[in-house]
Amino acid sequence: MLNINQSAEIIFTPELLTKFGEIVNRYPEGKQKSALLPILHLVQAEYGWTSVPAMDKVAVYLGLQPIEVYEVATFYTMYFLKPTGRYMLEVCRTGPCCLVGAEKIMQYLEQKLGVKEGEITPDGMFSWRGVECLAACGFGPVLQIGPEYTFHENLTESKIDELIDTLKLTTAKTPVDSIS
Amino acid sequence: MGRKLLLEHINVPGINTFDVYRQQGGYRAVEKALKTLSPEAIVEEVKKSGLRGRGGAGFPTGMKWSFLAKPEGKARYLVCNADESEPGTFKDRYLMTYIPHLLIEGMIVSSFALGAAVSYIYVRGEMMPQIRILERAIAEAKNAGFLGKNILGSGYDLELYVQPGGGAYICGEETALIESLEGKRGNPRIKPPFPAISGLYGCPTVVNNVESIAAVVPIINDGGEEYAKVGIGRSTGTKLISAGGNLAKPGVYEIELGLPVEEFIYSEEYCGGIANGKRLKAVVAGGSSVPVLPANLILKTVNGEKRLMSYESLADGGFVSGSMMGSGGFIAFDEDQCMVRNTWNFSRFYHHESCGQCSPCREGTGWMEKVLHRIEYGHGKYSDIDLLVDVSRKIEGNTICPLGDAAAWPVASAIRHFRDEFEWHITHPAEAVKRNFGLAHYADPLPPVAEPA
Repeated sequence: MLNINQSAEIIFTPELLTKFGEIVNRYPEGKQKSALLPILHLVQAEYGWTSVPAMDKVAVYLGLQPIEVYEVATFYTMYFLKPTGRYMLEVCRTGPCCLVGAEKIMQYLEQKLGVKEGEITPDGMFSWRGVECLAACGFGPVLQIGPEYTFHENLTESKIDELIDTLKLTTAKTPVDSIS
Repeated sequence: MGRKLLLEHINVPGINTFDVYRQQGGYRAVEKALKTLSPEAIVEEVKKSGLRGRGGAGFPTGMKWSFLAKPEGKARYLVCNADESEPGTFKDRYLMTYIPHLLIEGMIVSSFALGAAVSYIYVRGEMMPQIRILERAIAEAKNAGFLGKNILGSGYDLELYVQPGGGAYICGEETALIESLEGKRGNPRIKPPFPAISGLYGCPTVVNNVESIAAVVPIINDGGEEYAKVGIGRSTGTKLISAGGNLAKPGVYEIELGLPVEEFIYSEEYCGGIANGKRLKAVVAGGSSVPVLPANLILKTVNGEKRLMSYESLADGGFVSGSMMGSGGFIAFDEDQCMVRNTWNFSRFYHHESCGQCSPCREGTGWMEKVLHRIEYGHGKYSDIDLLVDVSRKIEGNTICPLGDAAAWPVASAIRHFRDEFEWHITHPAEAVKRNFGLAHYADPLPPVAEPA
């Protein structure tokens, strides 16, 4: 559920606003609402999640009512309505991946990270959750990591170990050049 | 070796770049179309080709194009549906990743045929890497003069943009996709009006799957009649099949329509049989929405004929003993898989993805998920099986969009073909949580092993 009584000072950087502008230009005059989904992706990549104050700013930017932004952000599964770990590991939990062991991968991830689905590890680095089909059924089990949505295929327990070790060493934020 | 029309050059190093793609004869279709053909002639070629929509519905693409309204002074749009989310399907991701220019080329030719000056490729948001690939491909094509103003001096202008989705299966339905592209929730619209009359921004719009648009390239290069020679009967051309599940060699294969299912599963050219030497129990032939069939019905029809990978043959027997081509998401289940668990998993998917607009789907999908969950976990009752059939019948056909049908069919077909496995879960609850029902009598008919003397 969305808590709309959040407040925070959100200022979009000039770089972000330039990207917003490029996106808005793709649509006919007066149809800037089409830019909403791409812009929310950019906001999430910048702040890690789509907070209500950020959505309110987006509404002002696009000339929409805040509710028009909330209803979109709550409908689609990719927008996080609360903070997550720096890396959100999203494991496919749908049929074809389960045939090749996705459920075991999720159990292993839970045990390895020591947190339940949707929770954040104490160091703030990781969250994980099961998501529906990621259209990579031939390479299952798979997981993806935002904001660039890099893919990790044919997962095994040792691949998970390796992945988590690598991510722990990556201190810099994943660069986001242009999320369309 | 079957003919390859889409993936012919897939193994050429660097085929994802404009230069290599061009060296391999890429963008010839754009040259031919813009310099020698009229838009009407292109539509005619596509009609002749017999190409059927590759996204799942199988509606003839040329006919869909010919329905497009052309009112004076109104923009027309082509939108490519790259919101590939049907469980079992991953062909579009493959095509966009490895040979993105084929899609761009198809988009240019198709947009020209439909008279669109701006076209969008709606890609599911999770495919961010593919979005990057397409953006780069578009920039390369633009650089080479194949996009933008006055393409190849023909006077035709086209801008092509990539739009990311937000993560919603329902946006693969064309009117939901249009809503989403307009920046709204992906609630499907009531038809009519069809998008061909009133689609994106209220303008005439055509929405086509990635593979359908890519197929326009060989159709224009070789002519619609040549394309129609490939395949069998009304299933013309080639089809990308996403093979997943318990197969020895899962992956994306381009097949000539009409290939026997048995050859597809067991030949070394394609899937190489079932993984780990196991036996085949069941197949979902066209993405999770289509009816599941036990192994003995997928290899042969009830009349004992070889079942082929074609729209007609897969549908042979209707929903009693047949299935559908769908999107070509081919999921194989080996002898260790539990049909109840898988049906529950698919139901959870449809419950999660229902947009909530129509009551039968919103309530029914959740209800089916709950009932299936309790059967799987040993708390089922005999009446639950009939309850599931009843709920699925009440969803089917009673919703605005086909998601309701897609949720109902897997449940109804699983019970139709695997009823004894469901009953066993209810009569043996303690056993059912510990082990699977096994192959039972659903097996592929392999020759009997000779008894040692």
